[in-house]
Amino acid sequence: MRVELNGVPTDVDTETVAGLVGGLTSAERGVAVAVNGEVVPRSQWHRALCTGDRVEVLTASQGG
Amino acid sequence: MTDPTDTLVIAGRELGSRLILGTGGATGHTVLRDAVTASGTDLVTVAMRRLDPETPGSILDVLADCGVSVLPNTAGCFTARQAVRTAHLAAEACDTRWIKLEVVGDEDTLLPDAVELLAATTDLVRDGFVVLAYTSDDPVLAMRLADAGAAAVMPLAAPIGSGLGIRNPHNLALIREKVSVPVICDAGIGTASDAAVAMELGLDAVLLATAVTRAADPPLMAAAMRDAVRAGRAAYRAGRIPRRRYAEASTPFTGLAAL
Repeated sequence: MRVELNGVPTDVDTETVAGLVGGLTSAERGVAVAVNGEVVPRSQWHRALCTGDRVEVLTASQGG
Repeated sequence: MTDPTDTLVIAGRELGSRLILGTGGATGHTVLRDAVTASGTDLVTVAMRRLDPETPGSILDVLADCGVSVLPNTAGCFTARQAVRTAHLAAEACDTRWIKLEVVGDEDTLLPDAVELLAATTDLVRDGFVVLAYTSDDPVLAMRLADAGAAAVMPLAAPIGSGLGIRNPHNLALIREKVSVPVICDAGIGTASDAAVAMELGLDAVLLATAVTRAADPPLMAAAMRDAVRAGRAAYRAGRIPRRRYAEASTPFTGLAAL
C-alpha cells in the first residue's frame, strides 16, 4: 500500500498506524501521529491505514 | 540564593526557577545538557517536527536526564488550526497538557498573529490545555489572552533570535500591571543584562533560547542568565531608589571641616 509518509510517497507493508510507526522507531514515547490532518491518539494506533493516506509522524525536537 | 517564599507559580504549579530555557539552535545534545544544567531551569521547551529515523537519541531523554520538565511549543505555525493540531500532537508525544503557543504572522519578523493567537488560545483552553501564549508587547492583547484563559502571557522583548534586548520596557511594565497571570519575557533577549532588566521591570520570568544556544560558550551564558534572572528579581523585590536629576550626597555635610 502506498501512503504519503511525512510528505514522501512511500510503499508500506503494514496495515496499521502502529505498524508504520514501529518500522520507523523503537521509541515508546515522544512520538505522535496525524492521519489526513487529524491527530490519532496512541490508543487508536491499531486503526487501519488506507491507500493515499497522508501520515505525519512527529517527535519532539530542538526548538523554541 | 533564590528565596523559597518567592516562587513562580503557573497554573498552580510551582517552578524552581524563573528562567525557562528554549532548545532551538543548540549544536548538540552534550552542550545542551551542560547548558540546561548550568541554567538551573525547571522547564525547557521543545518543538514538534517530523521524525527522522536517522537522528540518534531523543531530546526528551536528554531533558529527562537533566531532571527538567518539558514545555512543547507550536513553533512554525501560522494559523490557529495548525497550532491547535500541533498542540494536541505535542500532548500525545510529550505527555503534558502544557503548551507554549506560538502563532506567527510574518516570516521575516516572526511576530505573533494576534487574531490567530487569540483564537488558538480560546480553543486550547477549551480543550483543557495550560496555555502559555507567546505574544507581542501589546497590553490590550495580553489582557485579551488572559481573559481567554491563558495561564501565562509571554510578550516578546524583540523579535525571536534577534538579540536586540528589550525594545519597549514601558509596555512590558504595563502588561505586568494589567494582567493577573504570570508575565514571562519571551524572545529577543541578547545577553544577561537584558534578562536582568526584564526581571527588574517586575516580570515573573524570562524565556530565552538563542542567547544561550548560539553564544560562543552556551553553558557559561546559561549560568550568566541564571544569575541575571536571580539578581533582577532580587532588585525588583528590594525596590530601587527613585531617579533624580541632581546629586544627593550620601555623605552628610554636618561636621565638615572649615578649611
